[in-house]
Amino acid sequence: MNRFTIALKSIRQRGLASSLTSLSVALGVALMIAVLILNNAISGLFSQRSTGYDMIIGPKGSATQLVLSTVYRIEPPIENLPWRYYREWQAKPEVEYAIPVALGDTTQVGQFPIVGTTVDYFRIPSGYNRGKPVPYLLEGELPGGAWDAVIGSEVARKNGWKVGSQFKMIHGGQDEHVHDELFTVRGVLGRTTTPNDRTVFVNLEGFFLLAGHDKPIDEAVAREADFYRESVEQVRERYKADLAHLKEHAHHDHGAGHDHAHHDHGPVPDLQREVTSILVVAKQDPDFPFQSQSFVMGTMADLKEGFQAQAVSPVKVMTDIMTKLVGNIRLALMILTGLIILVSGIGIFVSIYNSMSDRRREIGIMRALGASRTAVMTIILAESILLCVGGFLGGLVLGHGLIALGAPFIEARSGLVIERFSFDPIELTVFPAILVLATLVGIVPGLTAYRTDVADALAH
Amino acid sequence: MSLLLENVRKTYRQPDGTRLNILGIRRFELQQGEQVALVGGSGGGKTTLLNVISGVTQADSGVVRVDGTDIARLPEAVRDRFRAEKIGIVFQTFHLLPAFTAYENVLLGMSFSGKANRDYARSLLERVGLGHRLHHRPGQLSVGEQQRVAVARALANRPRLMLADEPTASVDTANQSTILGLLRDACREGNVSLLLVTHSPEVASQFSRVDRLADFNQPGDLT
Repeated sequence: MNRFTIALKSIRQRGLASSLTSLSVALGVALMIAVLILNNAISGLFSQRSTGYDMIIGPKGSATQLVLSTVYRIEPPIENLPWRYYREWQAKPEVEYAIPVALGDTTQVGQFPIVGTTVDYFRIPSGYNRGKPVPYLLEGELPGGAWDAVIGSEVARKNGWKVGSQFKMIHGGQDEHVHDELFTVRGVLGRTTTPNDRTVFVNLEGFFLLAGHDKPIDEAVAREADFYRESVEQVRERYKADLAHLKEHAHHDHGAGHDHAHHDHGPVPDLQREVTSILVVAKQDPDFPFQSQSFVMGTMADLKEGFQAQAVSPVKVMTDIMTKLVGNIRLALMILTGLIILVSGIGIFVSIYNSMSDRRREIGIMRALGASRTAVMTIILAESILLCVGGFLGGLVLGHGLIALGAPFIEARSGLVIERFSFDPIELTVFPAILVLATLVGIVPGLTAYRTDVADALAH
Repeated sequence: MSLLLENVRKTYRQPDGTRLNILGIRRFELQQGEQVALVGGSGGGKTTLLNVISGVTQADSGVVRVDGTDIARLPEAVRDRFRAEKIGIVFQTFHLLPAFTAYENVLLGMSFSGKANRDYARSLLERVGLGHRLHHRPGQLSVGEQQRVAVARALANRPRLMLADEPTASVDTANQSTILGLLRDACREGNVSLLLVTHSPEVASQFSRVDRLADFNQPGDLT
């Protein structure tokens, strides 16, 4: 009969107290596992989903806001960039894709963010799985007509929309009103586990055609003159043809509430167009693998010095956010769960320590039978270790069980995708930590056992 | 010679700081296989004497030689091991561990000597008539059965010396003779020396050698 068997007997004898103290450790470990797995899911959400773009070009302002608004659609856009600027980026020989993004509006039903963009958006993979690009899955087709839309899987699920459904949008900004124009769903995206699942993509042409989305001419001229440090005359000269067309078009007055979808307007002139950001993918040259990287780095540095716009690396920004915000939350949660486990450890200490007065006689008997002081001390330590390790194993099962059961619910409520049977290697480091904790909480009761006077213990 | 005590002195410090003399034994001996009943009044130092002989308590001075080894001079850990291997103890109140079955209590007695032998543990319990109660806990056994388990446990390591402290004091008359008989027969069969402390004249009368503690223990004599 070894010391662990003897300790196990003692634990069984105090079944209820032992179970409760072990359960407290299990709850702490389960919470830690849940935090680790949820944290990994959130980290994955922040770190992987934006890696398809090399750069995001946007107006001067907060880099974080630019990324959060463009990629995650959880912040309002900073400001807008002229269409001409987008065209310049599109024309650069080093650029594979320059994808315009216009943001700010939401769907009337469900308040899902609207992204006005081009079909190029869907050429960039929806994500990466073990380094391999994952293409978009699409039911239906990409938006071809001005009033066509593609919706994310979560939008389809929550709003009950499918190909052929029609919807209206709420204008973003201070003047929140419902646009009269109707968009038609042409395609439904497969689940990507990205913010795209909760997004409605509309054809940028339609987005511009919405009432109030075409910038007033004088304002557009002044803005562009300011953006390029040109005179108003220079801008007017550049857009001479557009301005003439607009003058002619102004005679054709709109009646309120008319249906754009059944009326051919022709495209909005470039002068009145603006985008909130531009997603840039640099051209890759297999012969010069560092060329695209140096282009990106150079662009970011150049724009930083300039006055027009900023270029940010989404990966870097998200890494910063992860480190500063999510990382701190993770740290706080880890400390919290660590404290819970510590408190559980103290519970085990109190439980064993309190039992020591009842067990003096047992210790005396074992010593009389020939157990050394070290032997009785290690029996108490073994008891502490068994309780902690039992709690750890219980916590593993409980934590993973909770995640497996709760993952579908969390996914449905928040869109956060959690691998049901994922495992974080940090869990392995909890085990030695638990052993250290068990030793620490067992040492004082163990020393009490060590110091027990045999004759005195047997006499009482 | 199984047991030899020479010039053994044991005192305890009292709360007021003075020392209380408990043992003062010039010489006491027990031959191998010999069975002795030790009779003494309450508070006469009988239990202290057994504790000193078993090494549970260390004498202040003197020789405590058990099976040729002066255990008073052994380091504590070695003394513990020696006790586990060479000395069997039967207590008045049995001192069985309540969480362990009868069989496990006997195995526990073997554990600390490093000689756990499951078959022997089972055979010992059969020997004391508890072959059918192996997996019962002390709480499920009668008082007499509990003491029989204690006897089996004391024999578990094939000791050279058996110390019994009022082993029949807590059991009824019917069980007294059974337990005493078991203990004496088992010791006789194994050539184990038996030192049995009792205050019962009936129990003492069954021994050919009966010693009175007061006759050889003079606490104030040795200084």
